[in-house]
This record gives sequence, structure tokens and C-alpha cells, in this order.
Amino acid sequence: MTTKIYVPRDSSALSMGAEKVAVAIALEAKKRGLDITIIRNGSRGLYWLETMVEVATDQGRVAYGPVKAKDVPSLFDADFLNAKNHPLSLGLTEEIEWLKKQQRLTFARVGITDPVSLDDYIAHDGYKGLKKALTLSGAEIVKAVTDSGLRGRGGAAFPTGIKWNTVLGCQADQKYIVCNADEGDSGTFSDRMIMEDDPFVLIEGMTIAGVAVGATQGYIYLRSEYPHALKALNEAIAKAEAAGYLGDKICGSTHTFNLEVRRAAGAYVCGEETSLLESLEGKRGLVRFKPPLPAIEGLFGKPTVVNNVISLATVPIILDKGAQYYADYGMGRSRGTLPIQLAGNLKHGGLVELAFGITLRELLYDYGGGSATGKPIRAVQVGGPLGAFLPESQFDTPLDYEAFSNIWAVVGHGGIVAFDDTVDMAKMARYAFEFCAIESCGKCTPCRIGSTRGVEVIDKIIAGKDTAKNIKLVRDLSDTMLNGSLCALGGMTPYPVLSAMNHFPEDFGIAK
Amino acid sequence: MQDLETKQDLDLRLGALISEHQHMPGALMPLLHAIQDNIGYVPESSYSQIGKALSLSVAEVHGVVTFYHHFRTHKPGRHVMQICRAESCQSMGSEALEAHAKKCLNVDYHQTTSDDAITLEAVYCLGNCALSPAVMMDEEVYGRVSAEDLDALIAEARA
Ligand SMILES: Cc1cc2nc3c(=O)[nH]c(=O)nc-3n(C[C@H](O)[C@H](O)[C@H](O)COP(=O)(O)O)c2cc1C
Ligand code: SF4
Ligand code: FES
Repeated sequence: MTTKIYVPRDSSALSMGAEKVAVAIALEAKKRGLDITIIRNGSRGLYWLETMVEVATDQGRVAYGPVKAKDVPSLFDADFLNAKNHPLSLGLTEEIEWLKKQQRLTFARVGITDPVSLDDYIAHDGYKGLKKALTLSGAEIVKAVTDSGLRGRGGAAFPTGIKWNTVLGCQADQKYIVCNADEGDSGTFSDRMIMEDDPFVLIEGMTIAGVAVGATQGYIYLRSEYPHALKALNEAIAKAEAAGYLGDKICGSTHTFNLEVRRAAGAYVCGEETSLLESLEGKRGLVRFKPPLPAIEGLFGKPTVVNNVISLATVPIILDKGAQYYADYGMGRSRGTLPIQLAGNLKHGGLVELAFGITLRELLYDYGGGSATGKPIRAVQVGGPLGAFLPESQFDTPLDYEAFSNIWAVVGHGGIVAFDDTVDMAKMARYAFEFCAIESCGKCTPCRIGSTRGVEVIDKIIAGKDTAKNIKLVRDLSDTMLNGSLCALGGMTPYPVLSAMNHFPEDFGIAK
Repeated sequence: MQDLETKQDLDLRLGALISEHQHMPGALMPLLHAIQDNIGYVPESSYSQIGKALSLSVAEVHGVVTFYHHFRTHKPGRHVMQICRAESCQSMGSEALEAHAKKCLNVDYHQTTSDDAITLEAVYCLGNCALSPAVMMDEEVYGRVSAEDLDALIAEARA
């Protein structure tokens, strides 16, 4: 009987040598005349344990990690095919504390299935949401999404159902579903994981969106830095088409939905939805004035749903299990779960999906295991390069859109980047301005010029020149950017800058 | 990507790529990607041919190519090395890694080594932040990259 062995094909696992491990396992099994089947699954998201190899047994899957190619012969010697002990043994995968405590809804299949196997997807509850949706009217689907409380996971946290309802209400000969897969924020990788490790769930979510609002064409705008996601998506789309889940008369219904991946080209601002649409139309990614809203006049001037990868990938489970099931997770007006990404200087970086409400401290220490360097964690940036830096005194803030807003911070896309006490916060503030200057689309002056001026002024502060005067200048400049920018790139760069100054004044040469 | 022999060769290949893409809605981005994938860069001499096919001015094509960090207008080295400069990688020492790379390769960002082996680029997040610092070589990502790992990558690229 063949033994099933799982070796991830996720690009972070590959970055730790997963390909070499898979090859070594195949060679070693051949040499020993053992019958194995290697399945290239996604990653469970315990990245410090990658490459994590799993063996299927009667008791469930048993994990070993982090495995290097050179460990492979000893694994065979120890008889890992029969789940025997080895220094890299982690026991039953599902029993690993880090994984066991999570509440995986959007990520229910990630790491478990073969990402590009439609059969595997269906065997693990895939396409149940779409089948349910096909029995409902557009308005009923939209109501389910509204009732679930799902808010956009791409940053602005706007209620997804309300956006869909606007597009549903428009009369037009053509409507579009656009998936924002630009994931430009540092510290975020949950979109990438969905696309590489469970691409069908995104395809299903977009199809449901199309059925709901009457859109027949979808585009995934994918950042160019993700070549593995491109491959996985295209493989999955081809399989969905061949099996009648995409194209004309999907699943024998009257609905048509076509899907295409379009590559972005390395501009952070193209994650902003109107700039993204300009780019999809083949133009420079300049931000558009709103109104008109993209929901009314979006891609090629037609009504368009623009949603983040996670927002769309969460729709299938909402349709399958019901709005209330999803809404029962979370706190306050932050319903459901958030795929949180632990990154930066942490011992255990990776993906944690949990209901809203967990505190930063629990995430950093219970899950993250504290800093990788063993030094105290001094600052944490949440929500990407436009997110605020939080000091230790704010680590007990629960992850919740409103709670973060109350401390002048953002949850954003749920990316958490930790820094130990060697961080220089004046340098981080300088970098925030520098990043804004590099990525500004150039349409408005506060962002285009202000960011470059910001770098210059911080340089003076770092050099200790006229500190008090220059601090005031940074504050004035930040005020202008906050109030005078067309989009959040210029409008939110003051978050990292001012939070660094306010919480870590000693790094700027001012008294605490 | 293959090397170009002659200007005629370039025109032919451009022509094929243009006819393959020009009827797509919003054709310019997919076309520019196809050109860069195929030729290695987007030659400025291609702007007028692209413009003619898509009813755009040369200035418009130029404007799009230069807006995006991914597109380049000159031939890169045999390999492209991208070092992540974003916050998560900074928190794990990417600045030292950048300095090490620049010193070993004797180039700055956007430059190619004298033996034409490696073009060095900066990148802002590779989605590998749980394993910072991260580096991408051509289309493969590497995580928790140390100075020694970087040396090995460079040696491999030069072999
Ligand atoms: C500068 C900038 C960059 C952005 N980058 C992204 C991104 O990479 N991915 C994303 O989903 N949303 C991004 N957004 C937010 C989008 O504009 C938009 O709110 C989102 O795609 C809507 O989808 P959602 O409602 O599902 O979150 C960005 C916004 C700004 C201002
Ligand atoms: S704030 Fe910056 S990126 Fe946004 S529209 Fe203005 S110039 Fe463009
Ligand atoms: S910040 Fe470097 S990979 Fe994300």
C-alpha cells in the first residue's frame, strides 16, 4: 500500500528548501524500494517549522519539521513512514498547540489539501457555497454577506455586503468583479497563501460575487512579486473551467462567469482600488477622484465590485454555513475571523486565524513566542507601512477595528511586524516618508512633495539639528498630508511617523 | 528569454506578441509583461510599434512603462537578485544584507555586475515576512537569508 507524504509547495516553504526535501524523499524511497506518493500541499502556516513534512497514518497526519534535505535518510532510518519517533517529530499535526487553538474558517483547507486538485477541494467541502448561492436570488446572496458582518479585509474595513448591494442595484450591460491581489503591505502574506495554497476558494468566492451582482467577468489583479501564486491560480482556473465551474452555464445554471489573472507591475499604490482599475485598463496607476464610486463607475466605466482576496475567499464559507455562523465569531462590530500574519522579529512567524478580539500581547508571545533575537519586543507595526507603531503599553489592545481606531492605529490587512529593542524609531519614521516618496502616484502635492521634504527634515532631526523646530515641522507636514491627500498613501503616512515620534520620543532626541 | 540577434528579429518578435495581445481589454499591461518576459526588458524602440497597435502615443506608452517599478528599459544581467527592503525584513537585519550584497557584487541597486551575471534590485515585500530577511533570485524566494546564504546564491549565479 502506498504511503501518502505531504511536502508543501507554498513559496515560503520553498524558500526554506521544500523542493529539495521533496526530491530527496522521492529518491530515498526509490532507493529503498518503498511505495510512497508525495502530495504537494499548501503550508499550515507554521513557517518556522518549514519544511514541515507530514505522513498520513490511521490516526491522522503526523508532522516532522523543520526538515532539511540532509535529514531525509535519517527520517527513513527512523521509519517515519510508520509515524515512528525522530528528533524532528512534532506528533499529530492537528494536535500541535499553535494550530489547535486557531479558528480557521477562511483558511479551513489551507495546508491540508493539494491546492490545485479540484477533487481534493470538493472532498473538503469546496463549492458547497456556490451550490447554495445558485439556489438563491442575487439579493438573498447579498443579504447573507451583509448579515455575516464581513468587512473588507484589504484595509478600509468597509462592509462587503453594502458594496455588493450598490453594484447589484446598478443597471448595466456589463459588470465586473475585481479581486485586489496586490498585497503590497510589509508583514502580510495571507492573500499569497490563499492564492497558492487554496486557489479554488478565491475562485469560488469571486464566482459567488458574480452570480450575486450579475457580473460575468472577473479579474484577479496579482502583484508581480508572486510568480508561484500566478501558477497556482492559472492551474486552478483551467481546472474549474474544464469542470464547468467557470465559463457559460456554471454548474448547469443560467449564469456565466469568466475569470482571468492580470499581473501588476510593482507599484504599491496600485493596491488602492481606483489606481488598480486604471492599471487594469492599461494606464499609469494614478488614483481617481471619488465619486464616482467604483461600484457605480468602475472598470471600463462599468459597475465593479473591488474586493480583497481574503474578503472574497471568506464568502464561500458564509454561504455554506450561513451568515449567523460566521457572525457568531468576533467582538463588537468586528465580526468573524481575521487571518493574522505574524512577521518580523518573532520566534514563531506565520499565519494565525482567530476571531477578532485577541490581544496583541497574546499574539506576540503565546503564538509568536517572543522575539527571534531573544531581546524585548519594543515596537510593533500593525497594518502595513501605513500602520501605526505601537509601544509595549498598548500590547493589550484587542484586535478589533474600533479598538484600534480608538488608539489612533489600524488593523489594516492584519499584518503584525515586531521589532526588538535595537530598533531606531527615527529611522523607521524616515523610512515611512521614504517609502511614500518612492511609491507616490504623484497626483497630489502633499504626498508627492511632502514625503520628500519629510525625509529631509527627519535627517536633520537624526543629525540633531534644531530638533524642536524640526519636530514641529514634521508635525505640520503630517497635518497637511493627513488632511490634503487624495488617498491613504499620503493620508496615512503620518500614522507610522507620528506614532513613532509620540511613543518613542527618546529616539528623536526629545525628552520622554 | 532569448537574446536578440538583430533589429529585424526584435520587430518580428514584437509583432507576434502584439497580435497575440492587442485585442484584450486593457491590453497594454499584459503586452508589456509579455515583452519583458520574452525579451528581458521593454526596449524604448518598441514604443512606436506598441503605440500604433493600441492607438496610443509614444509618450503614453513611455508614461506607463516608467510608472511601474517592474518594467525595465535596458537588458538585465543573466540573473536578477531582489533584496527585500520592507519593514519586516528590516527588523531582521536586511540593511546589513543589502550592504553585504552591494559590496560583494560591487554594484548599487539597478546596476549589473561587470561579468553580466547579476542585476541587483530592491523590492518592497515578497510575502515571505514570516521568514525575514527575504531575497528573490529570478523567480525563487529565499528565507532567513544570512550573508553566507547570499554568498552561495551569488556563487551559484556566477557558475
Ligand atoms: C496605497 C493603498 C494601497 C492599498 N493596497 C491594497 C492591497 O494591496 N490589497 C488590498 O486588498 N487593498 C489595498 N488597499 C485598499 C483598497 O483601496 C480597497 O479598500 C480594497 O481593495 C477594497 O477591498 P475590501 O473591501 O475587500 O477590503 C490599498 C489602499 C491604499 C490607499
Ligand atoms: S496621496 Fe499620494 S498616492 Fe494618493 S493620490 Fe495623492 S499623490 Fe497619489
Ligand atoms: S517585508 Fe520582506 S518579505 Fe515581506
